[in-house]
Amino acid sequence: MIERLLILTATTLLLWAGIASAETVDFRLSDNCPPSFEESAAGTCQLRTMYDFYDSVQGAGLGGTQTSLPPHRDGFSPQQIDLGRYLFFDPVLSRDATVSCASCHNPEQGFSDDLPRSRGIGDQEVARAAPTLWNTAFLNKFFWDAHATSLEEQVVGPLFASNEMGNSPEDLLATLSTIPAYQALFDQAYPQRKNGPIQLDEVYHSLAAFQTSLISLNSRYDRYAHGYHAALSAPEVEGLNIFRSFVARCAECHTPPLFTNQQVAVIGAPEPEGRPIDVGAQITYDAPELKAGFKVPTLRNIAQTAPYMHSGRFNNLREVVEFYNGGRGHAVPEGVDLQLHWHISSPDLTDYELDRLVDFLGTLTDESLKPEVPSQLPSGLAPVHDKPQANIVTTQKTSGDAS
Amino acid sequence: MNIGKILAVILILAAFAVGMVIGKGGQEEVAPAIVKSAGSGATYGAGFTAENNAFTLSGNSKSVAGPPMTDVVVVVQDGESIQQAVQDAEPGTTIQVMPGTYKETVYIDKDGIRLIGVILGGKRPVLDGEGELNDAILYSGNNIVVENFKITRYKGNGIMSQAGNNWEIRNNYIVDTGVYGIFPQLGQNGVVEHNVVSGIEDAAIYVGMSDNVHVAYNDVYDSVAGIEIENSRHAIVEANRVYNNTGGILAFITPGLPIKTTFDVIIRNNFVLSNNHDNFGAPGSTVAGIPAGTGILVMAADDVVIEGNIIKDNKNAGILVTDHSHAANVTIDPESDPNSDRVKILNNTMINNGYDPVTEIRAFMLTELKTGNPDIVSVGPTSDSCIVNRQQYITAGLADYGNCDFTNTASIGNYLLPPVPAREIKAEDRGKIAYLGICAGCHTYTGRMIGPPVQIIQALYMDNPQGIADYIVNPVKKRDDYPEMPPQDYLDEQTRLAVGEYMLGVKK
Repeated sequence: MIERLLILTATTLLLWAGIASAETVDFRLSDNCPPSFEESAAGTCQLRTMYDFYDSVQGAGLGGTQTSLPPHRDGFSPQQIDLGRYLFFDPVLSRDATVSCASCHNPEQGFSDDLPRSRGIGDQEVARAAPTLWNTAFLNKFFWDAHATSLEEQVVGPLFASNEMGNSPEDLLATLSTIPAYQALFDQAYPQRKNGPIQLDEVYHSLAAFQTSLISLNSRYDRYAHGYHAALSAPEVEGLNIFRSFVARCAECHTPPLFTNQQVAVIGAPEPEGRPIDVGAQITYDAPELKAGFKVPTLRNIAQTAPYMHSGRFNNLREVVEFYNGGRGHAVPEGVDLQLHWHISSPDLTDYELDRLVDFLGTLTDESLKPEVPSQLPSGLAPVHDKPQANIVTTQKTSGDAS
Repeated sequence: MNIGKILAVILILAAFAVGMVIGKGGQEEVAPAIVKSAGSGATYGAGFTAENNAFTLSGNSKSVAGPPMTDVVVVVQDGESIQQAVQDAEPGTTIQVMPGTYKETVYIDKDGIRLIGVILGGKRPVLDGEGELNDAILYSGNNIVVENFKITRYKGNGIMSQAGNNWEIRNNYIVDTGVYGIFPQLGQNGVVEHNVVSGIEDAAIYVGMSDNVHVAYNDVYDSVAGIEIENSRHAIVEANRVYNNTGGILAFITPGLPIKTTFDVIIRNNFVLSNNHDNFGAPGSTVAGIPAGTGILVMAADDVVIEGNIIKDNKNAGILVTDHSHAANVTIDPESDPNSDRVKILNNTMINNGYDPVTEIRAFMLTELKTGNPDIVSVGPTSDSCIVNRQQYITAGLADYGNCDFTNTASIGNYLLPPVPAREIKAEDRGKIAYLGICAGCHTYTGRMIGPPVQIIQALYMDNPQGIADYIVNPVKKRDDYPEMPPQDYLDEQTRLAVGEYMLGVKK
């Protein structure tokens, strides 16, 4: 408890130091929708994409090249999206002001990080890898084990997990309320509540709003899909055909246009050396059939998000495709009984074909709508996501030792 | 009401009146055979009306792709590449392939391609994967026709799709090739007819996650599953010959797929014969759990009508209806309803089925004190299912089945639609969507992004949207401090002009 008080005090001191400089900045939320969004008459932002030209079976947003997208979240105001952007990059959201959302979901690293398993406050290791946030607007399940069904529900997880941002609802609210710049920004984003106190739901809502603006649908693959076949090289098209062939079967779960079918699949990927098996969605659904089942991740911007799999076992995409080629269940530890997905087979692809698959995955990169990192944050703190995690922690520890 | 129907009703009423019926559906009926004739009873409507039906092409063939979009015909000769012809083709091209051997994978990512094999003196164009190539034909376009090929020795599928509406797969001979013979997936409005498919390690014909499908006059044999309708709706499977597979015709929900339902499936007038082949399905596949000798299998599918089939010599059971929990090899899916509801078993000709059922079925029969060889077995909960003339068969698990109040599906010709049109987008919306979907990634109204601000472009082009339309097809480097713009020639002419117009009108 005393330790906690100390940290709080340290945070408050940091804040005071910061506020002095922040006061000189006039924070003003954007009144324009982000690129690719159209402002409606009601002043909310509606996503528009080339995939609006197409339909899909049952409106499910799954199919082939010219298929509409799944239902998605939009309709936030420009101000709510922009407030979410400030919060997203602000380490003040964490208990000791060392970690922001962007620490593990770094825009320079595909809105993920480069660690096998992410690290939270105090250099604590989290159980799983940080998933990308690109195109989360289209998802209906969140976390590797699919235990949340909305972005707002998802946000609560890392904010208050003791080994991630480590905050508590009360402390988070208390912290934000002491920062006049945030009070002003929340007033701009939620004008209907007439300058009342900041609400937790507004924090979740605006973070959700920002995340729905992270759209990646203009890769070279997309140009091919819309009919411009020269957008992909011959080896990449070969890769596409292997990807969707019924020998490799990648597209059966990583289904276009989002390159995920949003289902839970048990694929039998190995844990890193020495780590016990992660039962994943078995707990979410209370179902032994789904032991070691994880949500099928999108492959958009996949080349940017190494290492791979739920616990970061594979360092590069070549290792990942080799895993799928290694034979059904080859990496399942002895004595562990998994009900492997029916598409996990033994495709017996050649080395040449594996290389082409990796080529194709590289065509799914599009970061043209990457948002701008705020140059200054309402808390007065500096953004931390571009610093290596270890360094921040060292600094903190040093200052902690000194006091 | 015709006289036959009145008679049938009177006879049934008489049976009830003399108290010979026990149980909800009366499966213990010992009355003299009361056979409702298919021609005389009420007709099943299923909510589909005749005017929705596609026109009939000629004879019994169905057309959903519509007439060719253009008159362009390209001929591929033996020794040339079919794929090259597809690549060079504009949408709407008919590609005629002469007899010969073609060792390639053909993929079609454009609309309106008709791939037509030319059969001369009994010789077809042969696609030969030599045990090396993955799939023979793979398409994602709309209005695709694939006809008259022989396809053999591929490792994956013979003909497969990923999305694409209005497809016709007709008169192909697919033998000894991979996982699925014909596999249309995630599309609407398709015909699979007059194909001969055999030697497939999963399903010979597999319709996956699709709507409005017609599978007719096919000959499928020596495969694990003959014809599968999976996670699909509004499908008719009729007049096929399905024999010597492990399972004949299947309508089911595979749990864990993103489209969660199967309903409104009519399986009628098929020959379902001796489907007793050893199961050689891949470990873990859904079909690997099918007991050999199953004529027709319904698993978790709703509103399946089984009518007028000749079901003969299937050793496990003629018709097996089950839910997910009694099926081997399936995972769970909280978003799928696991039960087969509203199954409707009308008149079928059933001879010599169930003579060697699996242990589970034998045990299940014992729980009902049934002996003999089961024609029809229903395991697991089902609601509002019904049967006609149950007294004809040896059954188990049908206590909850009522008597159907119709005897035929004569009013339903097919569930096909006129060619499903592409989504209608007005020209101004076309410009807006292309602007927001593509241009906005690099251009903002005032600020500098990857490309110059829209304001500057507006000043340059003023009243000249055509100038923008022309520039974006073939951009040239104009500014040293900006990267060269990639060509946007994948946008059609109309869209390019629309985007130019929209860009000039942008105000913030």
